[in-house]
Amino acid sequence: MRLILSALLILIIATAVGLGATWTTVTRGTDFGTLTIGAWTARPRIGTPEANPYARASVIRSGQLPLGTGDGIAFIANADDNRQPLDGRCDISVSGVTPPARFWTLTLYDNKGHLVANALQRYGFTSEEIVRNADGSFVIRLAARARSGNWLPTGGIERYQLMLRLYDTPVGIGTRTQRDAPMPTITRTGCP
Amino acid sequence: MIRWLAILLAGLLLGGLVHLVSILALPRIASQDAYSRLERLTPVNAVKALPSADPNNAPIPFLDPAFATAICRYDLSTGPIKLTVPVSQAYTSVSFYTDSDIAYYAINDRSAGRKVIELDLMTEEQHAALPEDEEITAADRLIVDSPTTEGLIVLKALASDPGLMAHAQATLAAATCKVQTEAPAKADAPRAQR
Repeated sequence: MRLILSALLILIIATAVGLGATWTTVTRGTDFGTLTIGAWTARPRIGTPEANPYARASVIRSGQLPLGTGDGIAFIANADDNRQPLDGRCDISVSGVTPPARFWTLTLYDNKGHLVANALQRYGFTSEEIVRNADGSFVIRLAARARSGNWLPTGGIERYQLMLRLYDTPVGIGTRTQRDAPMPTITRTGCP
Repeated sequence: MIRWLAILLAGLLLGGLVHLVSILALPRIASQDAYSRLERLTPVNAVKALPSADPNNAPIPFLDPAFATAICRYDLSTGPIKLTVPVSQAYTSVSFYTDSDIAYYAINDRSAGRKVIELDLMTEEQHAALPEDEEITAADRLIVDSPTTEGLIVLKALASDPGLMAHAQATLAAATCKVQTEAPAKADAPRAQR
């Protein structure tokens, strides 16, 4: 009887620990094979057959198709440079320059990867349509209400994430630091 | 006391095993992954345009709304596939995924280096079975080996500005993806595109 109880207890612990670890690694992601520059994180190997099982499992769970390496690389940010989560009710600006690439796009998604509805039907910017300063840098202003310049509406949702995709770019597996890939800064400028 | 520790330790060890097995098994048991979602929406061995990304109607999450996207879901069991994709003004790319969403190859208009991206997709066995001389005459033909018999080809054309979306969609509408079986291919010939 004691033996059966112990075995049962072992199995319960094993299931809880095992599936718990799987759940957290798949939903939160792991640091294996990630490249973090400022607030931005990418997985350079996700677009190759060498992607690690954790990266693969989180791709499968989220339902997305990762960018192939010959196509480009995607950086994601869900917090600003001070590690505060991106809140759609606040004013947040994304500014600076982007790494070398033929084209880039910046897109705003909710936590599940859906676009956020707004009257302008503006879900992001491309490198071609953005208004730049004389030195080539840019400022994108994220807010629920209209702002001057490059305004990206947040729809006032509580949490969102930004995805910066670089297409046809040298940034990838060999990239390590901000020097190789200068990413734009994300700063909170005001919050009601 | 030792008994409880042993139970805990055994539970943790077995838990590690459960974790590894479940991570590795996840791709096989998932039903909401991109391939399964697109399998319901797309015909096999034909190009199908995805509706433009929209907050209420996204076939898969994290699609880039600046792109027109089309899918060719392939099944190589009846023979290799020939893919032709005209290049749009801004940027065009073709990415290949296995049936478990692994991106195994991607090419863009610049690396393809011409006005039309043309390539043949086949399994490794089909590639090995190609006659030698044919491979030489077709030296400028791009051949891609698929690790799986079934998978997805994702065609994307950038609309660098929302006004160019119609043009990007029209470019992809002219793309073709079909099985190259010698005899039926001839019968189909009069329906040539472009």
